[in-house]
Amino acid sequence: MDSSITQRMRAGVFLCLSLCISTSCVKQQSNVERGNQAQELYIGIGTEPEALDPHIVTGVTEHYVLLSLLEGLVTRNPATLAIEPGVASSWTLSEDGLRYTFQLDANARWSNGDQVTANDFLFAFERILSPALGAPYAYMLHSMRGAKAFNSGEFKDFSKVGASASDPLTLVIELNSPTPYFLGLLTHYTWWPVHPPTVLKHGSMTDRISDWTKPQHFVGNGPFALKSWRLNAGIEVTKNQHYRDARNVRLNGIHFLPIEGDAEERAFRTGHIHLSSTIPTHRIEWYQTHAANNIRFDTYLGTYYYAVNTEHGPLADARVRKALAYAINREALTEHILGAGQKPAHHFTPPDTGGYSATARFPYDPQQARQLLAEAGFPKGVGFPKFELLYNTSESHRSIALAIQQMWKRELGIEITLYNQEWKVYLASRKAKDFDIVRAAWIGDYDDANTFLELATGGSGNNHSGWSQPQYDALIAQAAVEPDPAARFEYFQQAEAILLDEMPFIPIYFYVRSLLINESVQGWHPNVLDYHPYQSISLAN
Amino acid sequence: MFTHIARRILQAIPTLWVIATLTFLLLYWAPGGPFDTEKPVTAEVQEQIEAHYGLNLPLHQQYCRFLGNLLKGDLGPSYKYAGWDVQEIIAQSFPVSLELGGLALLVALAIGTPIGIAAALRHNRPSESALMTFAMLGICLPSFVLGPILLLLFSAGLGWFNPLGWAYASDRVLPAITLGLFYAAYIARLARSGMLDTMRHDYIRTARAKGLSERLVVWRHALRTALYPVVAYIGPAVAGLISGSFVVETIFFIPGLGRFFVNSAFNRDYTMVMGTVLLYAVLILLFNLLVDLLQMWMNPRTRND
Repeated sequence: MDSSITQRMRAGVFLCLSLCISTSCVKQQSNVERGNQAQELYIGIGTEPEALDPHIVTGVTEHYVLLSLLEGLVTRNPATLAIEPGVASSWTLSEDGLRYTFQLDANARWSNGDQVTANDFLFAFERILSPALGAPYAYMLHSMRGAKAFNSGEFKDFSKVGASASDPLTLVIELNSPTPYFLGLLTHYTWWPVHPPTVLKHGSMTDRISDWTKPQHFVGNGPFALKSWRLNAGIEVTKNQHYRDARNVRLNGIHFLPIEGDAEERAFRTGHIHLSSTIPTHRIEWYQTHAANNIRFDTYLGTYYYAVNTEHGPLADARVRKALAYAINREALTEHILGAGQKPAHHFTPPDTGGYSATARFPYDPQQARQLLAEAGFPKGVGFPKFELLYNTSESHRSIALAIQQMWKRELGIEITLYNQEWKVYLASRKAKDFDIVRAAWIGDYDDANTFLELATGGSGNNHSGWSQPQYDALIAQAAVEPDPAARFEYFQQAEAILLDEMPFIPIYFYVRSLLINESVQGWHPNVLDYHPYQSISLAN
Repeated sequence: MFTHIARRILQAIPTLWVIATLTFLLLYWAPGGPFDTEKPVTAEVQEQIEAHYGLNLPLHQQYCRFLGNLLKGDLGPSYKYAGWDVQEIIAQSFPVSLELGGLALLVALAIGTPIGIAAALRHNRPSESALMTFAMLGICLPSFVLGPILLLLFSAGLGWFNPLGWAYASDRVLPAITLGLFYAAYIARLARSGMLDTMRHDYIRTARAKGLSERLVVWRHALRTALYPVVAYIGPAVAGLISGSFVVETIFFIPGLGRFFVNSAFNRDYTMVMGTVLLYAVLILLFNLLVDLLQMWMNPRTRND
């Protein structure tokens, strides 16, 4: 009897297990298959967005999401990067180049059906520039007359700032000086509007901690509306039926998934995402061999460089800094260590930044490097004190630093120590100038050489080298007010030549955006700004 | 019993206070701040942000403010994720980790206990070595190796499971095994040594002398005592399991608490670090108390201690 009960129990357990396994192991339809049918895009965005408030965030990840939820006065054509109408259907520029008048599209609507008005933009400008909000990117609006003074608390009356609305659909923006790249600036999320009633319903205008960006409250004017957001699980947006150009939006929804590293690559390989934010370096070769159609290296507006602390020791001598720069074989680095299509950097500003390409170059020339070092008093590196190279903890930074350490030792006889610090410690060390040489990178905020070359001015908070030169600063200042593009570029050329002659920054390589992309994704055009308005994208079945 | 529980709860209060204070001070002294970014902000902006979160106050004022909020049950806003409260994040992610940890514990017990007992009952036989080699493998294979191997076999190879996510019931299988197998290996070793030790006791010899079958001796008399070390182990183990695993959650893209444990420290998200540390401390204290109670139930001799 006991035995038969045991046997029946065993049979029952076996049956249950079999059922569990058979039901759980039915192959699910992949996100890509499901997405292609439903016109829903699945994108890997790497890290979790810190917020969805365009006036607080600073990251690239946030840009990917906000581009679906909000829209500024103008947009760009993703294929050509030409400026195209956004909320503003047309605009005019005064003859002196100081006053833009934007005519807003009467069909522009918030996701709750409210009309987008010029006052919404004024509210947004006042909000981001209010000192109390502490917006990290408020400086993006400083080309507007009075914006910098208002932002730094010099006066509190926003009406003195050069932004006004003559009627609900006419917005006037006045500039400090002619700014040829101004329309390009407007495509940055710092210039985008927020819905005033929603912001004010959940706090004051300058509340950093507010519920207005929660899915149940968020009101945007972009092609998509926020549906759900769960930290570390993803953000889902659905088509905004009130969007001014909703009929031309082909996607019905987008899923932004914060998957990192190898997991993201695995997600792509198994059809869980259409697009990845990056590719792990060790997988590049496999894709190049087996799935070349799915891998892409798009030129990107960014420079990877080493900033030299010019304030003490032998590194204060420009000849030493140039010797270090000339002794690095960037071609070998980009080809054998990085291997994702990065371009060797023999100048600082990436090529064709807003039409500007530097003519000044510095060479890979170990012989000249040795000569410069000898002139500085260190023939063959003899007597050169040991110094340190700081980088934030990362395998790829380490690989590059190791290779450069070897190059400097071989070519110049200089010994350096590498040390890495966890991200926040690294930032603190860099801020305190507690380094000899530090890894750094700059991604352009907008498509103009100014965003790169301004970095090395004496007043720039991002110039960690401690180097400054009045002539250089004057050239950048002249370029900022020069209306003639050719003359501006000439100022930039001269400035860049000084920069390369002084070498406070040692350029290493220009970035590329490496990504995995499913064949079904249409309209994801390569461009240096990594700008991909979702209204241009569709999925082929 | 109730006196014991009350005493333990009272003891927990100063323990939690010490943990909270130490965490607060360590965070205060850690280099780098929550609002340091790649593109540094101006000093004015930095001041505004710090004033917003009270970080411009002297240390003692920040501490008093923090303790006051803690007593009110308010862990404050996350510094990293603007607009999210720490309680909100924990409420969203802890249930996921709890579910994953619970399933992993089941895996660990279901695999570890029988292996350990079977190995003890086959002492000095080749099958014992085989079983314990399996257990050793579980200990030696870290989850960042085991997870991708399981994915390679059962997701990429056989296509039985999704490679990542937490949407379907089947999404629980591979993460639970990955997380549970390590604990299963420990449990197997503890169960084996516990059973070997128990089987040498006089009362087992007596039971055998009375003519009881070996099965009855094992199941009715030896098992409860043999599992004593396992129960002692699973207290802190459960706290570790259900508070999330950074590695497993990252490999399988699970929206649990484990990633916040690690990333909040890297991000200097002070309030989030405090929230996760205190949660972990409470879980440790709670499960140690439960284990004590369970051991009292299992061993009558300890009830009057």
